[in-house]
Amino acid sequence: MGAKTLGPVRRRFSPWNDPDAKPLIEFKNVIKRFGDFTAVNDVSLKIYEREFFALLGPSGCGKTTLMRMVGGFDEPTSGDVLLDGKSIKGVPPYHRPVNMMFQSYALFPHMNVKENIGFGLKMDGLPKGEIDARVQEMLKLVKLEPFATRKPHQMSGGQRQRVALARSLAKRPRVLLLDEPLGALDKKLREETQFELMDLQMTLGMTFLIVTHDQEEAMTVADRIAVMDHGKLIQVAPPSEIYEQPNSKYVADFIGDINLFEGKVAACADNVIRMESPALGTVIEVEDDEHCTVGEDAWFAVRPEKMRISLDQPAQTGLNVVAGEVWDIGYLGDSSIYHVKLANGKTVRATIANTDRMVERPIGWEDKVWLTWPRDAGVVLTR
Amino acid sequence: MRKVSLFNVASLTFGFAFLYLPILLLVMYSFNEGRSAAVWVGWSTKWYVSAFNNGQLMDAAWVTIRVALMSATVATVLGTAAALALTRYTRFRGRLLFSGMIYAPLVMPEVITGLSLLLLFVAVDFERGFWTITLAHITFTMCFVAVVVQSRLVSFDMSLEEAAQDLGCTPFKTFFLITLPIIMPAVVSGWMLAFTLSIDDLVISSFNTGPGATTLPMKIYSDVRLGVKPEINAVCTILIVIVSMAVIAASIMTKRQEMERQRAEKLAMAQT
Repeated sequence: MGAKTLGPVRRRFSPWNDPDAKPLIEFKNVIKRFGDFTAVNDVSLKIYEREFFALLGPSGCGKTTLMRMVGGFDEPTSGDVLLDGKSIKGVPPYHRPVNMMFQSYALFPHMNVKENIGFGLKMDGLPKGEIDARVQEMLKLVKLEPFATRKPHQMSGGQRQRVALARSLAKRPRVLLLDEPLGALDKKLREETQFELMDLQMTLGMTFLIVTHDQEEAMTVADRIAVMDHGKLIQVAPPSEIYEQPNSKYVADFIGDINLFEGKVAACADNVIRMESPALGTVIEVEDDEHCTVGEDAWFAVRPEKMRISLDQPAQTGLNVVAGEVWDIGYLGDSSIYHVKLANGKTVRATIANTDRMVERPIGWEDKVWLTWPRDAGVVLTR
Repeated sequence: MRKVSLFNVASLTFGFAFLYLPILLLVMYSFNEGRSAAVWVGWSTKWYVSAFNNGQLMDAAWVTIRVALMSATVATVLGTAAALALTRYTRFRGRLLFSGMIYAPLVMPEVITGLSLLLLFVAVDFERGFWTITLAHITFTMCFVAVVVQSRLVSFDMSLEEAAQDLGCTPFKTFFLITLPIIMPAVVSGWMLAFTLSIDDLVISSFNTGPGATTLPMKIYSDVRLGVKPEINAVCTILIVIVSMAVIAASIMTKRQEMERQRAEKLAMAQT
């Protein structure tokens, strides 16, 4: 409904490319240490109004700590955190205009749904009538009207998740912080809820900051993703750029499935990089405007679905083509994954979408096949 | 089900007899018509009447109840505070020493606790009586409360407090609106434990008593040395009834809560 009309707006939404845009949240050289352990290591980051921003990384990469510094539950060891251009260092959580949805939901077990949702409003000293109206509005928003007087333990996991969401939205915070909000739900419910979260964020026009270790979740919901590792930001970009233009082996490997081949840069001219890869046994040409130097160690990264697999020998030889033998086939329904073993023993993965029903599969186990890819299929990575 | 063997029946009977025969005997003889605690004459409730008319006995009972109410309440406040400090601040220097020191009075011989408190009261020239007994009882029951409350706090989800603060609640208010209501059952059972311990304490009370402050256990003990009067049996029976009623009520309460919780969870599961 509302989401459809807002769709085109969302697609054009990219304040991070606008040098005049003022960030809503800004991290300035933030370092956070717990004893000897550095959880967040010199992070500078700008998050803009109405953005759905995801912090993505494996557990222990510092993403939760970074978010908790916005909520006020952790203070930076050095550096500064700004909200609306003002430092919020030292401001306690109960004075910050941000709200958080906790991973455990943290619903108050001795209060019913209504009391849980209205808790923050009551703390603000709002008149009773206004609290009731706002709670009712929130219940409607998360479709929990019939459950208003239930206690949290009388509800299912999915319902509890909605109560937690409604409670954190009730005060209309400047930023909503979501700490692994869907981690406790099963796969199907999780996917549904991801789309609901997106719709909600667009309808309310609010800024959401989500922490997740689930890359699909981050790709689905977020306008921009920050991939983190060991307390550092590795890449900050929209999902498609993270996927198609990873800036490092770490990001390429963390997001989705990828083939990585080691080699050396042989030539770079006119936005075409030529790479020699003994590991792959072919010369690789890539259209890439990345800066590179001849003789540098590099990796060629290409997604399995960008590979073309065929039984017939292609016309081109010695350039962007390798021969091998089908070693394994994984049938996933919507697609099939081929593991192709090269002459030197390396395995390359190629994915084929199963767009036709009931085709006699032409490529089978132990077939000799050729793998080819166009010049714009992959990227050259130097770190 | 396995077949009931003679050995099982015998050991069960023996065990229960060992535990309850003395108490049963005491209850029975409190209804004895005669004065002797050894010869059964006939049924009567006259010792109950005479116990209630015994001014000294009733005074002692009143002192005991006042001491127990007051010391249990103060011990609960202090014990809860200690438990909170020990579960929350897990990283301060000497934490192990402090938590060890909280538990030490649990295993300390009562004679030592009683004597050392007496020495303290004498040293600071504190007049011994009702207040010294109360203070002594607070000291030794506090650690029991701390242990009970601490075991509940270990499983307490800290993000509940963070969520409350996130929604605009100050830490002080958070304690009374969120933490305390959730750990209330543990606090109440800590209070009940402290209350019971205080009611039946003899050793520590004896060390720290003064003129005009005789507790029921002290009174019973001193009377018994002059011969067992069935009045004492009657008072003890009343005590047993009060204590067991409280214990049964508490256990029914927790059982019912548990059942309600399980039923609600089943209901929630059925809806998904």
